[in-house]
Amino acid sequence: MRYPKRIAAIAALAVSATVALAGCSSSSSGSGDTAAACAPTKGKVTLDFTTWVPGMADVVKLWNDKNPDIQVKVQEGPNGNNGTYKNFFNEVKAGNAPDLGQVEYDALPNFRVQNALADLSACSAVVKAKSDFVDWTWNQVSLGSDKSVYGIPQDSGPMALFYRKDLFEKNGIAVPKTWDEYKEAAKKIRALGGYITNFSQTDINQFAGFVWQAGGQWFANDGKDWTVDLTSSESTKVADYWNGLIKDGLVSTVPAWTDEWNNAYNSGQAWTWNSAVWGANSISSGAPDTAGDWAVAPSPQWSAGDDAAGNWGGSSVVSFTGSKHLYEATKFALWLNTSDEALTALNKAANLYPATKKGLKLPALQQGVDFYGGQKIYDVFAQASSQVKPDFTWGPTMTQTYADVSDGFKGAVSGSGTLTDALKSAQESTIKALKAQSIPVKG
Amino acid sequence: MTAETLIPVPTGQRAEREERRRSRRGYRGTGPKQSPVSRAVAMTVMVVFTLYTLIPLWWLVVASSKSRGQLLTTNGLWFADFNLFKNIGDMLAYGDGIFGRWMLNSILYAGVGGFLATLLAGMCGYALAKYRFRGRETLFNVVLGGVLVPATALALPLFLLFSKVQLTDTIWAVLLPSIVSPFGVYLSRIFAAASVPDELMEAARLDGSGELRTFFTIAVRLMTPALVTVFLFQFVAIWNNFFLPLIMLRSTELFPVTFGLYTWNTQINQVPELRTFVLSGAFLSIIPLVVTFLLLQRYWRNGLGSGSLK
Repeated sequence: MRYPKRIAAIAALAVSATVALAGCSSSSSGSGDTAAACAPTKGKVTLDFTTWVPGMADVVKLWNDKNPDIQVKVQEGPNGNNGTYKNFFNEVKAGNAPDLGQVEYDALPNFRVQNALADLSACSAVVKAKSDFVDWTWNQVSLGSDKSVYGIPQDSGPMALFYRKDLFEKNGIAVPKTWDEYKEAAKKIRALGGYITNFSQTDINQFAGFVWQAGGQWFANDGKDWTVDLTSSESTKVADYWNGLIKDGLVSTVPAWTDEWNNAYNSGQAWTWNSAVWGANSISSGAPDTAGDWAVAPSPQWSAGDDAAGNWGGSSVVSFTGSKHLYEATKFALWLNTSDEALTALNKAANLYPATKKGLKLPALQQGVDFYGGQKIYDVFAQASSQVKPDFTWGPTMTQTYADVSDGFKGAVSGSGTLTDALKSAQESTIKALKAQSIPVKG
Repeated sequence: MTAETLIPVPTGQRAEREERRRSRRGYRGTGPKQSPVSRAVAMTVMVVFTLYTLIPLWWLVVASSKSRGQLLTTNGLWFADFNLFKNIGDMLAYGDGIFGRWMLNSILYAGVGGFLATLLAGMCGYALAKYRFRGRETLFNVVLGGVLVPATALALPLFLLFSKVQLTDTIWAVLLPSIVSPFGVYLSRIFAAASVPDELMEAARLDGSGELRTFFTIAVRLMTPALVTVFLFQFVAIWNNFFLPLIMLRSTELFPVTFGLYTWNTQINQVPELRTFVLSGAFLSIIPLVVTFLLLQRYWRNGLGSGSLK
């Protein structure tokens, strides 16, 4: 008598488990990318906007006070890779995605291949706004398409060289203008007991910025197939260069964004950081004792006389598949990312660096910064922004690519293999990952 | 007491807790014939584990008393200038005092959720132990199966379900899943079977007490140690449950404190002050847990102890 009961219990469990699993897998993912209509809705509309920009609610209040018919409600979450992207995908699946969401440039292709993004080109105001934005930021959101637009660029991270002006001057070392000079300076600095910089094994998007500056590409999409090119000649050149610095012990390799790392900058052990515009704030918070000692110069170049810059970071504001208020959503998103009022407020609240041409000339960005000895550092970044190569493409599985490159870099830093080896193995694993998701890929 | 300690305890988890319970009482050695060597080894292991548990807490206390500059530049395990109250004040004021809201949310989710879960688990366990009905064992086995399914695995299906009924981003999205505790049902059943004598229920029935009244006036008192245990487990589980709010909640004003602090922590690069706020917030957020434990730990010991006796 007991035996059948137990079987019944197991059967009941099995059934409930199957139901649960089916619940996970059967929900359809998006409904294709037919361009949604962009017509105004009658009456009052309330838009949900999920973002992790601190202080966004204050900026949005400026809009809400003036637009009683289009009210925006801010939902602040953790940053994309720490949960919000996963939530977006779940919500698209469940059909309750917010009207607007923040997505970083390097994550856009991932959302695109899963048909999660609404094509904003249905809205004529969006198409018209193209010329307002710095060219390369627009390419980041059009994803290689002439017609479609999948987001409104929000901020950008053009890169330049932060350096300890006081130490360079005191020791009579010239600020390096090329990567060759950078290596020579590294040797002198090492002889003095310091390191020219710290090589981060985990910030693969910084390394991508170096490759971007060198004119390399990691991915390409011809409208049909993806090409993975982590081992392009430019990419390999950059990897070999940094591998040399690591092997000769000219750069330190402590994990970035840790106390140890902050301390290396705070104590004057690390002298430079080739980083994005938002890094200005990271230094002032991580190395408070060095206030006034820093300055910013354009990034070192691969050949003397060049003027190329890389980019690290930056976000866009997107709408998701099935969005019902595209007209109102894009109207707000364009105000948020092009109006002087909003850009100034965003810069004040979260140090966002605008993606529009006009935004680069904001009064707030024309002032000297005390931490950098009063230098007008944003002039350097505005110049860098205009020098970022326009056509760098991100792949659809960047989280996996970053993780695999990072694993290889960690190995290289601790003595097994080289940075180039790491790129080679990540090249293979990325192609495998694309195939596993049935994304068409060459090779 | 000696009888209790001599009985071998079958499950690893229980044995471990039993061990902790003993060490908290300062109960040295497990019997009269223990050699000094094994005692020394045991002590060393325990001291190591105690330090392992306490040093991070100590670091947190020290770190939350420092200003942002000192955090990076001074010894992590000793005090510099004492800024604890200034940090806490600044932190409470940040974002229109959102942190206070988060603490209240956590107390609401964990307190109400824990209470309801205990009530339901107690009733369910009591019914399974004391009434005979068709499908009783099947029901119990299904509940036991629930113990095996990790809550994390259920979060996504739950999100899709809650989306269907448009309850995501409400307090119900966190509260409803929290009032279910399969382990609580299991513990309550075992405990009710052992501690509520059938004769007592008979006597109550003869005196004209209804079943509900019998449960609330007699059984609940006899089962108190088990119920407190269930409550503590569930309170801590809900307080620390991070994944469910992460998936369910979007509005900042509904966040529990764990998720709120996590969100702050991911914004440190843009707003450096948040670094000290996360620390002083974490410091404040462990206080309710400590208080709950101190108030209820007496019952907790009894609960687990009796469980292993019978």
